Formats: sequence, structure tokens, C-alpha cells
Amino acid sequence: MATTPEPAFGTALPGASSLVGRIRAPRLRNHWSDRIGIALLVLAGAGLAVFFLAPLVTILLKALQDRSGAWVGFANFTTYFQTPALAQSIWNSLWVSVMVTAIVIPLAFLFAYALTRSCIRGKALLRNIAMVPILAPSLLAAISFIFWFGNQGIAKALLGDAQIYGAKGIVLSLCFATFPHALMILVTALSLTDARLYEAAYALGTPRWRRFLTITLPGAKYGLISAAMVVFTYALSDFGIPKVIGGNFNMLATDIFKLVIGQQDFGKGAVVGILLLAPVAITYAVDTWVQRRQSALLTARSVPYVPKPSRGFDWLMSAYCWLVAALMLAMIGMAVFASFVKFWPYDFTMSLNHYRMGLVEAGIFEAYVNSVTLAAFCATFGAAFVFGAAYLLEKTRGAEGWRPFVRLLAVLPMGVPGMVLGLGYIFFFVQESNPLHFLYGTMAILVVNTIVHYYTSSHLTAVTALKQIDNEFEAVSQSLRVPFWVTFHRVTVPVCLPALLEISRYLFVNAMTTVSAVVFLYSPKTTLASVAIVNLDEAGDIGAASAMATLIVVTSALVCVAYYFLQTWLDRRTQAWRQS
Amino acid sequence: MSVSPPDYLVLEHVRKEFGSFVALGDVSLSVRAGELLCFLGPSGCGKTTLLRIIAGLETQSAGRIIQGGRDISLLPPMKRDYGIVFQSYALFPNLTIAQNVAYGLVNRRVPRAERDRRVAELLTLVGLPDSGPKYPAQLSGGQQQRIAIARAIATSPGLMLLDEPLSALDARVRVRLRGEIRSLQQRLAVTTILVTHDQEEALTMADRIVVMNHGAIEQVGTPFEVYRNPATPFVADFVGKTNLLPAAGAGEGRVRIGDQRFACEFDGAFAKRTDLKVFFRPEDVQVRGVGGETPNSAAAVVQGLEFLGSYSRLTLRLNGIDQALIADLSVNDLAEFRVKPGDTLRVAVPVDRLRVFAAGPE
Ligand SMILES: Nc1ncnc2c1ncn2[C@@H]1O[C@H](COP(=O)(O)OP(=O)(O)OP(=O)(O)O)[C@@H](O)[C@H]1O
Ligand SMILES: [Mg+2]
Repeated sequence: MATTPEPAFGTALPGASSLVGRIRAPRLRNHWSDRIGIALLVLAGAGLAVFFLAPLVTILLKALQDRSGAWVGFANFTTYFQTPALAQSIWNSLWVSVMVTAIVIPLAFLFAYALTRSCIRGKALLRNIAMVPILAPSLLAAISFIFWFGNQGIAKALLGDAQIYGAKGIVLSLCFATFPHALMILVTALSLTDARLYEAAYALGTPRWRRFLTITLPGAKYGLISAAMVVFTYALSDFGIPKVIGGNFNMLATDIFKLVIGQQDFGKGAVVGILLLAPVAITYAVDTWVQRRQSALLTARSVPYVPKPSRGFDWLMSAYCWLVAALMLAMIGMAVFASFVKFWPYDFTMSLNHYRMGLVEAGIFEAYVNSVTLAAFCATFGAAFVFGAAYLLEKTRGAEGWRPFVRLLAVLPMGVPGMVLGLGYIFFFVQESNPLHFLYGTMAILVVNTIVHYYTSSHLTAVTALKQIDNEFEAVSQSLRVPFWVTFHRVTVPVCLPALLEISRYLFVNAMTTVSAVVFLYSPKTTLASVAIVNLDEAGDIGAASAMATLIVVTSALVCVAYYFLQTWLDRRTQAWRQS
Repeated sequence: MSVSPPDYLVLEHVRKEFGSFVALGDVSLSVRAGELLCFLGPSGCGKTTLLRIIAGLETQSAGRIIQGGRDISLLPPMKRDYGIVFQSYALFPNLTIAQNVAYGLVNRRVPRAERDRRVAELLTLVGLPDSGPKYPAQLSGGQQQRIAIARAIATSPGLMLLDEPLSALDARVRVRLRGEIRSLQQRLAVTTILVTHDQEEALTMADRIVVMNHGAIEQVGTPFEVYRNPATPFVADFVGKTNLLPAAGAGEGRVRIGDQRFACEFDGAFAKRTDLKVFFRPEDVQVRGVGGETPNSAAAVVQGLEFLGSYSRLTLRLNGIDQALIADLSVNDLAEFRVKPGDTLRVAVPVDRLRVFAAGPE
């Protein structure tokens, strides 16, 4: 009879470790193709170190220096906290972010619940409408609300004496801007459920509300925490919205901009940057912990939940979802509508004036071309770099000591708000002693900055896709003496093409819409569309600003559609070899 | 006596640690040219680790590996000479079967026509001549397995490594493929190492078996040797069905099991030890022609009877022995002796079939 081995075996022999200590463990010689892989990995890591780590470190250094560059210890911090207006911003930023989180999470959860647990019609449409804010710069919501409730807003009367400018407008706009981000996470969390739990509860006669409290909520716990973190961070570090609709209400993100660009006070700007980094770093750490927990929740044998029709409930959910969708459309629609209005609020005839005169003739259309160029570079080179680096990290061997460092650099950017990254970039690249100073003010620095800014999500998408393919492909290739790059291009890339497209699309859309980091980095020749909106708004040309915002939304939407068709086409072409 | 073929692959004092965990103790082994060697052992005993060290996919902590007279201990996988088949097959899903099989040939600049000819030849060899234009997902598990083998041998490597190649298949396919892999291996005369935790697979396919446990080799031998003369209680227990009873030495040539004494051939040093184990196979238990004076015979009560086709397995209890024994009886014996549960029966184990082990060192 075969025995099962006792659980405790393979005991560490006494003296074994001392033996290892004396004799260095042998290392395999590297094949020249391995060496190329190692060189590329070192290069990728060095790139991240220079374009991510170095700028951040520069912020820390700047915080300890005065305007002339002399070391002053914590003097900048002291004066910062002694300036009441500035210290007030901390409090403002915090309560606004908490409030936005408290509003958005329940709303998005209900929406996600309707999408995953009810039998309402038009789920795909509802979901896509709710996702629209992702296609626009966050400040689009702010611009729309100015048209709705601003000084010349068509529904200003609804507010009575109150003003939309300030905290109210910021919270409202942030709610719209963050809604899709929370929704995405919550839909995923609610989809990751095991129907068998519900069947068991149902068999025991558990009422719906108890099933909700005992199964649904605990199951979505990590999703809820994660979504809350994302919304909080977003609200804390968003720049466009408070800039456009904040009025005199100061927040940390706008303070940085004022201090650094307005007053050229790098020291205090760095202090704010560090202040912004701290809570974001904490939420980020919590989120990472949560993600790790969540992945254990679903086993391969889980049975997906299929909702059953229930008239009253479905009707209620449907009403709620369409209400949210209507609000979304009203928000987006207003900016689009206003961009065609001849002369707000006096002449509502439709015209292309804002596009023709406000953008093209004013020479600002170039900003749009710049944005598309930037997005195209990010979507191609950025996606290729991210995917290539992830491949080298996951699938090649050698340089084992270097790998954890590169891995860390790949996942940290998510914890750094755009404003802080941008700040680090100017501090770092503006120094004329820096050999990379020549990049300052070029399109290249915008491309690199944007890729780094959105590195983590892209990296994680790539890693997930790479983890799904058989780890032994590389081993088999080596046994057949095929160098890794052949397998990379003949097998890995074709198999991971959907993920690669997803990364590319993500980078494109974010490059089109981002404001925060690049607002520090553009030069007159490389102004971007999203930045132009801020400038147009500041100059009072809000009509042209909305025209530019509309252009961005339409472009992002078209690009998403194009990617969708590309994906469908690809699926059809590769159907033969994907699971038959 | 035939001269055994030369050693093709030699492992000398190979050790592997993962942190402080010792996955392989001190493994020395030689693999003869053209033989099929099985690594057999329970889960986690280090079989895969050893195979991966031979392949250069894992680096030994100490020790040497010599293949074909060349020290390959520190060579990267690409400089070694082997083909490998994994449990998952690892066929490239987006390439056709023909492209998969040709994968290693393309890189060696084999001319196109030559390559096509070789692919066709290999596909015929593994019995799937028409599968060239298909994709892996369109083949069954067993077919994919054969393609993975074809891909591994396409470049005519000197060594073939197979890690549990059959464990993902259902039982029937597994039995059929055992024979196919074996005959293919013999036709190509390629030195092969096959990892398995299935003793039946090892016994039916291997020229020699390496039985492993806890990162150490327990025994190396032909299937017959391993089955008939297990070197350690672990091997006795792991390979095949076994009776393994605690015993004590009872003077020259005798052991005591419970209250019964048995004669056997053993090392004189065991005579006074109390920590012995006695081993015999269920089929070694005899009922035919056993009488009161037959050596090593005793009365046994039949406790259970399990019908297993060509033979039946009895559970027996002997007077004065706590542990139940199992005995296999052929259908004929069973019919002749009309055994049923509750009966008493006289059974014997021939002296030369009893083996005695010491449970630990003296
Ligand atoms: N990379 C690793 N790090 C730490 N421990 C490892 C690693 N790889 C293997 N081990 C451990 O080494 C031991 C031997 O592993 P190995 O995979 O060789 O077992 P095996 O005999 O092939 O088992 P199975 O039949 O389950 O495949 C196991 O206990 C395993 O947990
Ligand atoms: Mg194994």
C-alpha cells in the first residue's frame, strides 16, 4: 500500500545553512540571449528610476531648500503651517474628499448592484453612459456645472442665493468625475461572487435583505474599500475641477500650482507636494493590501451568479439607473451643447463659432493636435514599453537582485498624484546641470511623464495577461534553443494582444484627458488640449473651453469605438485557436 | 550476461535548497544511454526539482551534472541538449500543430523543404499525420501530449525529459499512451527520464526506476527488483500492495511477529533487534498445499473478501498478531477453497519471500 508522506519532511538539516554560507551556491552561466534580456531589463529599470524615482527624490530635497537653493531644514514646513490660508487647504482638501467618497460610493454601489444583481434591460447602454466621464478631462464636469448653475447658468435660479463656485461645485463635479472609477471596481467586486452561497441561503429561506447583509456586503467588502480609496485619492489630488469651479476655495492641488507657477516658491510647493503624497501613499498601501486579500476570494470552482427577474425590484433599480444616466447625459450634454451656442447666455443659435474662432483662428487648435500626438505616442511606444518590461520581469531569468526593485518602481506610480509627479518633473528637469535638461519643454517629456503617470494600471494589466499564459513556454523555447525574443513575438504578443490593446487604449484616453502632471510641463509649442481648457477658462473664454472639451470627449469616444472594432476583428481572426 | 550500456547522464552529489528547506539531499545517479528511467515518489519528494535541475531550469545548490561526458552543471538551458515535455504540454496555442513541431527547427535554419519533411515524419511517428494545419485547442489532451513529444524530439536531442506527461489525461488514454510513449522511446533509442508519482506507470514503462522520498533516493533498480526486492520499508510500502508488520529478532534466522514466530533469511545483526519490519507481498501468501507442518504457516480468520476480477483480496487475521494482513488469491484458489468471510484457513509465506528491514540504524 502506498503511504501518504508525513506532513513534516524535508527538514532543514543542521549545519546545512552553514555549509551554504561557506560555499557560494553555483550560478548558471548566462547565454548571450539571456544577457540581452538582462540588459534590457536593467535599461527598463534605469528608465523608471530616472523618470519616476529621481523626480520624486528631488521634491524631497527641494522641500529642505530655500529659494536660493540653500539648505534650510524644515523651515519651509514651519512657514507653511504658519500661513493660515495654506494650512486651511489641508482641511479643505480632506473634508471635500471625504464627502465625495461618502456620496459616490453608495450611489455607485447601487448602480453596480443593479447592473450585476437585477434583470433590468439595457445594462450595456447604462454602463457605457455611466462610463462617459472617463473619456473627458475631469474638469468637463466643472465646466458643465458652470453652464448649468454658474453666474450665467440657465438653472441658476434653482440655487437661490447660493453660488456654485466653491466647495459645492467642487464636490458635485468630483462626484461625476469619480463615479465611473468607483463603478468599475464595484461591478468587478459584485461579479466575483459564488452563486452557490446564494442558493444555500435561498434554500434556508433567508430573506433578500438578509442575504444582502450576510453575503453580498461581506463579499463586496474589499471592492468597497478599494473603490473608496480610489475615489478619495482622486478627489484629493484632482487639479482641474477646483481650478475651474473652485473660486476662492483653496485645495492642496491648486495650492501647489499657485505656489510653483505663480509665486515660483519651489520650497513651499514641495512641502505641499509631500503633504499630498502622504495620505495618498497611505490609501495606496491599504488598497494594495486589500487587492491581495481579494484575489483569494474567488476559486476556480465558483459558479457565477445569475440574477432572477423580480418585478418590483427590477423596476426600482431601472428607475434609479436611468436617473443616474440622465444626470450623466445632462452633465456631458451641457458642455457639448454650450460649445455650439453662439453667445451664451444671450444668443442660443447653434454655430461653430467657438470651434472656428475660439480654437482654430485663435491658434489653439494646435493644442488638440498636440494632445492627439501625445496620446498616439503613449498608446504605441508606451504600451510597447510597459508590456515589454512586464514580459522581461515575469518571463526571463537573471539579474534576480534587480527584479524586485523594478517591480516596485512599476507599481509605485499609482500612489503618486499627477500634481506631485509633475512637480517632481519640473524640479528635476529644469536644473540646467541635469544632462536630461534638454528634454524640458519638449513633447518627449510629456510622453514620458504620461506613461509614468499611468504606468501601474497598464503594468498590472500586462502582468495579469502574462500570468495567464503557460509559464513553461519560455522553458520549452530554451530547450529548443530558441531565444526569448522569438517566442515573445511569435507567441507571447499574439496571445496577449487583447491585453496589449487594452493598455494602448487606456494610455491613449488618459493622455487625451490628463491635466494634472502635464500642466507643469508644457511649453508654448507643446500646449495640450486639456491644459488649453484650463487656460481658456481662466481667460474667460468658457465657450471655447467647452468646445475643446467636446473635441476631447469625441476623440476619446471614437478611439474607444475603434479599439472595440479592432478587438472584435481580432477575436474573429483568432477564434480558431482560442478555446474552441 | 550482457554488458550494460555506458552511462549517458551522471549526477554527482546534487543538492538543492530553497532557503532553509532541503528539497534534494545528496543525489547521485547515472542514467544509461538509451534507457527509460523513471523518477518515482510521492508528491513533493523533489522529482520535478531534480528534472528541472537536469534541464537547467533550476540551479543545484551543489553537485555536478555530466551529460555525454560534458560537464553541464553550469550551462544555461540553451546550451544543453534535451527536449522537454511538461504536464501542461505547453503547446503554443496560436501556432498550428505543424508550426509547433517545427518551432525548434526554424531557429536552426533547417531549409524549408527539409523542415516540412521532418514535421510530416514526426507527425506520422506520433500517429497524427493529418493534424498539421490544426491548432492545439482542436486536439484532445492525449493528442496534444503526443504533439508535445513530437516537438521535443524534432531536433533529435540526446535526452528527453518528461514531467508527469500523462497525469492530466483520463485513465484509459493514459494506459494507451504509456505503451505508445514506451515504444516510441525504444524506436528512437533516446535516453529518457520520466517523472511520475504513479507506480503502475513506472513499473510498466521503465527500464529502471529511481524511487525517491524526502529529497533522497531510496532505491534504483529495474521494475522487477524494486517490486520484488525493495531496499527500504518505504519502497516496499510505496510500490505495490504490501504487508509490512512490526517484528523483533528471535535468534538466528527467526523473527517474532506478535506471538508468532517465522523463519526467514536475514542479516545476523538483526537477531536481537526489536525494531524490525517484516515485508511480504499479498500474492506471496499461499493456501494451496499448506498443512500444520508447513514452515511459516498459521491459522487465519478471513475477515473480508474483495473481488477484483482475476484475483480476490482477502483480509486475514492471524492468531496473536494485531495487524490484519492482506492476501491475494487467484480465482481458481478461491473456487477450490471456497473461502468466505468468517472461515478459518491455514496460510503460509515461503521463507524466501519474507524480507526483514531494520526500522532505523542500530
Ligand atoms: N521554487 C521553490 N521554492 C520553494 N520551495 C520549492 C520550490 N520548488 C519546489 N519547492 C519545494 O520542493 C519540494 C519538492 O518539489 P517538487 O516540485 O520537486 O516535488 P515533486 O516530487 O515534483 O512533487 P509532485 O509530485 O507534487 O509534482 C516541495 O516540497 C516543494 O514545495
Ligand atoms: Mg512535480
